[in-house]
Amino acid sequence: MEILVCVKRVPDASENEIEVNSKGTDIERDDLVYSVNEWDNYAVEEAIQIRDKVGGTVTVITVGDEEAEEVLRREMAMGADKGILISDEAFEGADGRGIAAILKAEIEKGNYDLILTGAQADDGAGQVGGMLAAMLDVPYASLVNFLEIIDDKKIKAGREIAGGNQEMNEIELPCVLSIQTGINEPRYVGIRGIRKVASLDIPVRTAGDLGLEASAVAPKVNRVDYFVPEPGEGAEMLEGSTEEIIEKLVEILKAKGGIK
Amino acid sequence: MSRQVFAYILHKEGTPDDTALELITAAKKIDPDASVVAVVTGSGDNLNTVCNEMTASYSEVWKVDHADLAYPNAELVRKALVGILPKDAVVLVPHEHFGLDVSPGLSVKLDAPYLPDVADFEGLEGDTLKVIRQEFGGMVSTHVQADISGGAVITPRPGSFQPDESKSSGGQVTDKSGEVGDLTSTRRYLEIVEAEMGEVDITKSDVLVSVGRGIEDQDNLEMIEELAEAMGADVSCSRPIVDAKWLEKSRQVGTSGQTVKPKVYVALGISGSFQHMGGLKGAPFIVAVNKNPKAPIFQVADVGVVADILEFVPELAEGIAEEK
Amino acid sequence: METALISPANATVFGIPTVIFSVLIPVVGVALFTYIVAQRSAPLVLANPDYRFDRVPQRLWAVLKLWLGQLKQPRYRVGGVLHIMLFAGFLILSIRSLSLVFLGVAEDFVVPGFGGGFGRFYNVIKDYAVTIVFVAALIAAVRRGFFKPDRYKVPPQYGKDHTPEAIFILGMICALLITESMYEASAMSANQQLGLHAELIAPLSLAWFFKIILADVSIETLQGIHLAAYYLHDIIFFSFLCILPLGKHFHVITSLFNVYFLKLNKGSVKPVKWGVPEEKLLDLDSFGSKNFEDFTWKHILDFYSCADCGRCSDQCPATAVGRPLSPRFISIKARDYCFDKYPLRGGFKKGEPLIGSIYSEDEIWSCTTCGACEEECPLMIEYIDKMVDLRRGMVDEGNVPQSVQKPLQALEKRGNPYGKMEKKRADWTKEKEFKAECPVKVLEKGGTADTLYFVDSVTSYDDNIQKLGRAAARVLTAAGVEFGILGKGEKDSGHEVRRFGEEMLFQELRDHNTEMIAESGVKKIVTADPHAYNAFKKDYNGLPPVEHISQLIAQALDTGKIRLKSIENTDAVYTYHDPCYLGRHNGLYDIPRDVLDQIPGIKRVEMDKCRDRSFCCGGGGLYLFYEPIEDKRMGQLRVQMANEAGANIIVTACPFCMVNIEDAIKTSGLEGQMTVVDLVELVDQHLIAA
Repeated sequence: MEILVCVKRVPDASENEIEVNSKGTDIERDDLVYSVNEWDNYAVEEAIQIRDKVGGTVTVITVGDEEAEEVLRREMAMGADKGILISDEAFEGADGRGIAAILKAEIEKGNYDLILTGAQADDGAGQVGGMLAAMLDVPYASLVNFLEIIDDKKIKAGREIAGGNQEMNEIELPCVLSIQTGINEPRYVGIRGIRKVASLDIPVRTAGDLGLEASAVAPKVNRVDYFVPEPGEGAEMLEGSTEEIIEKLVEILKAKGGIK
Repeated sequence: MSRQVFAYILHKEGTPDDTALELITAAKKIDPDASVVAVVTGSGDNLNTVCNEMTASYSEVWKVDHADLAYPNAELVRKALVGILPKDAVVLVPHEHFGLDVSPGLSVKLDAPYLPDVADFEGLEGDTLKVIRQEFGGMVSTHVQADISGGAVITPRPGSFQPDESKSSGGQVTDKSGEVGDLTSTRRYLEIVEAEMGEVDITKSDVLVSVGRGIEDQDNLEMIEELAEAMGADVSCSRPIVDAKWLEKSRQVGTSGQTVKPKVYVALGISGSFQHMGGLKGAPFIVAVNKNPKAPIFQVADVGVVADILEFVPELAEGIAEEK
Repeated sequence: METALISPANATVFGIPTVIFSVLIPVVGVALFTYIVAQRSAPLVLANPDYRFDRVPQRLWAVLKLWLGQLKQPRYRVGGVLHIMLFAGFLILSIRSLSLVFLGVAEDFVVPGFGGGFGRFYNVIKDYAVTIVFVAALIAAVRRGFFKPDRYKVPPQYGKDHTPEAIFILGMICALLITESMYEASAMSANQQLGLHAELIAPLSLAWFFKIILADVSIETLQGIHLAAYYLHDIIFFSFLCILPLGKHFHVITSLFNVYFLKLNKGSVKPVKWGVPEEKLLDLDSFGSKNFEDFTWKHILDFYSCADCGRCSDQCPATAVGRPLSPRFISIKARDYCFDKYPLRGGFKKGEPLIGSIYSEDEIWSCTTCGACEEECPLMIEYIDKMVDLRRGMVDEGNVPQSVQKPLQALEKRGNPYGKMEKKRADWTKEKEFKAECPVKVLEKGGTADTLYFVDSVTSYDDNIQKLGRAAARVLTAAGVEFGILGKGEKDSGHEVRRFGEEMLFQELRDHNTEMIAESGVKKIVTADPHAYNAFKKDYNGLPPVEHISQLIAQALDTGKIRLKSIENTDAVYTYHDPCYLGRHNGLYDIPRDVLDQIPGIKRVEMDKCRDRSFCCGGGGLYLFYEPIEDKRMGQLRVQMANEAGANIIVTACPFCMVNIEDAIKTSGLEGQMTVVDLVELVDQHLIAA
């Protein structure tokens, strides 16, 4: 099975406050470190597990600048067979739709049975997979947290829906799926693994290679600025010594029926 | 003619989702003069019930009745919507698991800009719509704009807009079933696999003590249980606790977990992502304890305490025990 | 010399000269034994290399102390004393056994040097040795068969009980002793009956009793007994020899070698592969121990040498809290696997990866590398290096617990396991009050200092531990040490990174710190973190001298640079908890105690498990992130031990012990009754302002 996984290099925001720069044009990126989008990592792990079971190849692809190559290498160290970096100044500022269009141009050159993306990335939009599927006219399912290969034509995919329930679907290949965390336990990628793939060749595709004009990926949606919202009224913050806080809190809880 | 905004109505077993009325507010925020059309797809009696209920709030209700739409398979719904919607339609779909499934593709098929997970609208300037979104798990916000003259697909965040309860429309149901065209897809819905129910049904609890990432270690759950016991409450949690397999899935509050309607909700070490808050309905009284004073939970809580829950919770439990 | 009985060398039975058997039995026995040992050597030859041929004097000294001197045995009183009796007896009797073999061929054979007076003296000693071993073996059998000490039990997940094997071998030993004594006693009894010269048999020895029993037996019967005893002894002796390499009694043969080849650099971690320099590591096909032959030959010798005594697991904190790890079975399972894969007959079998067959992932991650097992093992079997090698194998396969992956990635990207920003590493110095009273120089800003205070990640970033950094800075200042920190230039020492098997990441961290330290131009390093201390001493090269802060405090007290005031709380009873990497791995037991005892009015008690038997708090570094399968926490047991010792304040000298014990006090519901304090904190609190 030919599997393509679309990945994105994102700032690692988990333990640090993300701040907006003074002009509000971007987040403060000076002290940020980047890694592969967490959801994408689950998608790559899933792809590798499928390949190991039924054979085939796993290709990872990303649209970004030169530095985005780093995440491709990491995923190749994890076990992906090939990497493709799509990088062109013309693609800067592309919106989700633009990214989908760029990916589509590359995908049409290949012969992929299964295309995976992460369910979402740093911007929380969760859009590229669905758009890509629509452009390719293949079926799409989002938030997939269970995946079973039935045969080389069909898969069974479980989607995470409300209440912790799972919506089961049978989908014909080729298709696009967005992968939710928790579908598997991604393997660790050690420094040795990354160094071992350091010299592997990762082809770079430009707008010219893909036959795309900058206008073809001109954004329809533009981010105007970043800001930190003025705190609203918010909570009544209890202050004072711990005893005082607890005294007040117990009183409030009692009044609101929180203590039975 | 005023701008038409289409609101896709989620419903289940004849009952419209809470978002059904939220979308009216969202649509009016885009354009106060908009005429808002409810689009309801489904089949049979349940569909009719929902459509009729919607006529109270929407001046126009478009009904699509099709046996294959009895379950909202996003691929089929998308095709149906493409079939019935005008070319420059502005469509609102709630940003939850169905919205995520249908909307990106819909925007491509309608060749319209896609504005996902919108937390608020700044309004229209000419044809340019400016919205507010959040990035990095809610740590920063952004203004995003798009030209919606050729239509748009927008997914407002559930719970971010007050439901419009005015029910003043007395609208009409228009049957659009005939316009949907071909509804076939190579994605077939099979079944829903229900989550296993734990020993406690938190959807029925009046008081919930809910724990998040701040608990740090599974063994510390004991103190949460002790607090819950002292309060006569049940224990619930946010997603990371379930992902770590420290509590069963049925205890998870959030859009991917349970929707709960307690009277009092004590959020301990929970940052308050919208996915979590999305599972909290019925305007409970929220007490939040978090060591990060900037945690988003403090925006939505009624009472907040900045403290490390590992230190605060045992003392609170003691304080409550003394009181009794 | 004239004797009443015909010796086995000259006797005939049914017309057949018995000397044939005297020759045949040893020849067959030795041949079989040689074959078995050769088969057993195959895995050692196929195994990875190990460099154990250096430092001969140190190794000989170890043999003298630990093998011949049996120094570790009395740590377990009953079992230890019994073993010393058996061991000493065996050593003495080995000469007798050897000479007996030759006596079967030549009746006048005398082991060179054992003639005359010395020979007679030896015979007396030997008679008593036989008796002592006999008594010891009987006691041992009764102990194993009836009293069944807990540490010999085999939990169901590890297979069947080992008692029958032990009893069988003890039975063989007894049979050897009885036949030897019978052989001796029958000859002497006959000699006495015929009024010939009878060698002195040591009074109250086994042979002496037999001689009394045989006093009235006819010469003819005595002759039969004499020959039967001899050949039974001969057969049992060579059977015994050949049975030894089949089970836990292989240690009788291998222990000498195992002790000689012991690990001399305590606290260190072996290189990924001996003989492969770091720059060639990338070329290796595989890392760590994935298959059995990936172990080094010494590690396999360890498996052969395990005597199944259970002391390691009895001391293992992981076993104590119900984690799926028991060091004893790390050895036993590997030995059984090896015997099965390399059988004595038939070809070698195809193996399977160790993880998933004989070991589980959780089993291997459960070890905190505290070293209690290695400290206890009388045979100097190693575990930490094996754990690290097994983990290297798992890391190489991407098989790392989810809970540890994020911290590892954060260490890679940010140099600390929390993923916090580098620029915040010195934030602990910025607390207002502290900054005013004790400014800390950051060496990155061109500041120079004589001494580097290496803070490490937990003290730099953990909100509850940062106070230790401030206490250390105040103490250093009071002691007149001109010091600075590296600030954002410092990265995690990588101590646990290495012990978790992520060698390459460790090397990156090490190289970075080494460079930063060199650039800072300091002449000395001090740290309050035993893990960083151990890393610098054992894992790093070419650093300025390193001290743990307790050493520096001890010197400052000695030279009067700092003075301490009295304990105010008269109800306070202190106990010192030895951090594994300060105590066991670096031998610093007395210095911290000396420092404590210099606080006037201090009441200090010792826990049962202290010094080299200290009980791990749960582990540092990445162990704070790992989520083990366990019934309770190590820290909780430790707090209980302190409580039982009558202490209400636990003093430690390691930030991780602090985290774990603080946590354990909370989760044990002992808040308000017990507290934990770091040695540095305590000293800081009792400083007399100059």
